Amino acid sequence: MKLTTLLMSATAMTVAGSAIAEEMTIVSWGGAYSNSQLKAYHEPYSEKTGVTIINDDSSAEAVAKLRAMNEAGNVTWDVVDVVAADAIRLCDEGLALEIDADTQLAAAPDGTPASEDFGDLIVSDCFIPQIVYSTTFGYRTDMVPDGVEPPSEICSVFDLETYPGKRALEKRPINNMEWALLCDGVAKEDVYDVLETEEGQDQALAKLDTIKGDVIWWSAGADTPQLLADGEIFMGSTYNGRLFSVIEEQNQPVAIMWDAQVFDLDGWIIPTGLSPEREARALDYIMFATDTQRLADQAKYISYGPARLSSAPLVGTHAELGIEMAPHMPTDPANAANTFLYNYEFWADYRDDIDAKFQAWLAQ
Amino acid sequence: MADTTANGPVLAADGTPLKQSLARSLRRQKMRALMLIAPLLVFVLLSFIFPIASMLFRSVENGIVQDTLPETVAALQQWDEQSGELPDEEVYAAFIRDMIIAVDNKEHTRLGSRLNYEETGMSSMFRRSGRAIGRLDPVEDAPFKEALIDIHDGWGEVGTWQTIKTHAVPLTNGYFLNAVDMQRTVDGAQAQPESKQILITLFGRTLQMSLIITGACILLGYPIAWLLANLRMRTANLLMILVLLPFWTSLLVRTSAWKVMLQQQGVINDTLVWLGLVDDAARLVIINNQIGTIIAMTHILLPFMILPMYSVMQTIPPSYTRAAKSLGATNWTAFWRVYFPQSVPGIGAGSILVFILAIGYYITPEIVGGTKGVFISNRIAYHISSSLNWGLAAALGTILLAAVLILYWAYDRIVGIDNVKLGG
Repeated sequence: MKLTTLLMSATAMTVAGSAIAEEMTIVSWGGAYSNSQLKAYHEPYSEKTGVTIINDDSSAEAVAKLRAMNEAGNVTWDVVDVVAADAIRLCDEGLALEIDADTQLAAAPDGTPASEDFGDLIVSDCFIPQIVYSTTFGYRTDMVPDGVEPPSEICSVFDLETYPGKRALEKRPINNMEWALLCDGVAKEDVYDVLETEEGQDQALAKLDTIKGDVIWWSAGADTPQLLADGEIFMGSTYNGRLFSVIEEQNQPVAIMWDAQVFDLDGWIIPTGLSPEREARALDYIMFATDTQRLADQAKYISYGPARLSSAPLVGTHAELGIEMAPHMPTDPANAANTFLYNYEFWADYRDDIDAKFQAWLAQ
Repeated sequence: MADTTANGPVLAADGTPLKQSLARSLRRQKMRALMLIAPLLVFVLLSFIFPIASMLFRSVENGIVQDTLPETVAALQQWDEQSGELPDEEVYAAFIRDMIIAVDNKEHTRLGSRLNYEETGMSSMFRRSGRAIGRLDPVEDAPFKEALIDIHDGWGEVGTWQTIKTHAVPLTNGYFLNAVDMQRTVDGAQAQPESKQILITLFGRTLQMSLIITGACILLGYPIAWLLANLRMRTANLLMILVLLPFWTSLLVRTSAWKVMLQQQGVINDTLVWLGLVDDAARLVIINNQIGTIIAMTHILLPFMILPMYSVMQTIPPSYTRAAKSLGATNWTAFWRVYFPQSVPGIGAGSILVFILAIGYYITPEIVGGTKGVFISNRIAYHISSSLNWGLAAALGTILLAAVLILYWAYDRIVGIDNVKLGG
């Protein structure tokens, strides 16, 4: 083993003359999102270190694939981009490396340690936050009935009389159950206490029942933008970045209703079971890619808010469209008047249970 | 040549009995043949049979509870789970000793996830308690019963310990019970609450819709296959390309194209409204339901029906139908009594192919199936990739495999598998 490495590096040295060609595989979601990471993180990192970065758009199946790789004893990924809920699951299963924020992540330019700069967003010991995104509603402005104000609060989703037309909701209980309870008179701070009980779950499903006949259920993030663009639905939930591209890049008559948007996090994990050299390189990449400037840079290419407090003032204009990005961020004060934070611990416990009920309800 | 003696056995040139010599040379030939296919055999065994078998084994494998909490499981044997009382200090102390080791190896959260499939709330209980328990000393901090209940109320509930004891078996039927809408409880196998029963419905729906799709493929594919087999070579080749063209297009592209066609603001509805056949306010709902799934899957699976039918029909000599007609049969009789029976093997092969493929589909139903057009495979995919409940996914998969094998066996009994032909 050692001999081969030695021989290989010797060959590489003679061929390249200087540095050893290094490669790392980074897994992400693909599309515009991966592109923003390529521009903001990968390219500057490659330039700085000479490491070649290979993209793999497998984040949607990352949890299952990581488990399979781990069982096979052959982890081929170095850094993986996952949503926070998946990071918690991977951490629980022992598939992700625990990170000490203060020693393994860069401090803010003013010296604030990373753990304070990220704050509550470090929802798991293994999770390195990157962006804040939100799941919120977009609606077609040309389908708002005459003489009616455009929808501005979450309960208009359930108001078929004032706002007739189809809705698109995600084919899973998360978010939908919370919105249903909010619009059924449950106070925001009580939502998860109510949802813990059998009666609370039935209450939420009963509320969803009132619009069930007018809902198209989506499972891929691209569904709602397509349904909105085709005029198939009046309003639908999706990720705010998708709505940004429908509105600003494709110029569709669509607007965002930010009320009761649900904040969620996306970030990095490093798989366990890497060789020491690969682990060191992955940690080096993470240190670089999640510093204050890099996180702010990503917002030039996509409308997701940087996860560091210190990055917010550095957010500038879109690299191609030239528009100010701050007002399009879910975290912008004007948009964040009424928000909802995804309760990770609750859903880690109740997801399978409520999902079974939700699917049975859907099939009725 | 063999020497023959008056009444002894026939001998080969070297003096051994011919029978023996022949057997030896045949054995050598067999060995040689086996050596030739050995690489394939090993490949199939390693890359196909072994992974499937090990995946299926997960449907009963359940060593995790005993491996993570060995002392607790042993101590729980003395506890009467029906008594309604909490286990005594001995169990709690054993649990603390097990957990300290588990927390060290970071295995307690994994066990929490496993038990959370059975009892909601276990996942956070193990995660939250882990840190506090890791700080305890297994000797000095005794007694543990009160201390543990202080850490999390859940440890003071009888149900928690009942769950641990019920699922502390190395081989479990729990996943299979879950797969048929039941659960393994302290009181034996029980039905799931009605609000959570979904899997049996989905199994039934999967079989029913796969049959409908197979039927639709037969109806649409038969005339096309007949045309292909009976047209002039040039025209037939052109038609064949049209049949194969969808094969070269990505499955996702074809499914998404159906979305554009079938949705309410889609091509079909627009055309119907333009023709005045459908009112603008009452556009047809032909996607995001069973109809959408059936249309899209029939289209996608049609080539798998046409190709075997075509290859069988090509071998039917046209002279047979001509002979029937010359003997006075009508066109229908000639087709039904002479041509059709000879084409049955093609229908059989196509049907088995389409049905088995249909049963395992999940991307197409997920995209166009809405809520009523999804299959059991969609749940299997959920449990593989989202909930990580691979045991349940394996149990569902095993049941699906068994159902296909039973149907295959039934087909063999009724039609006869020798009657299936994939080609000339």
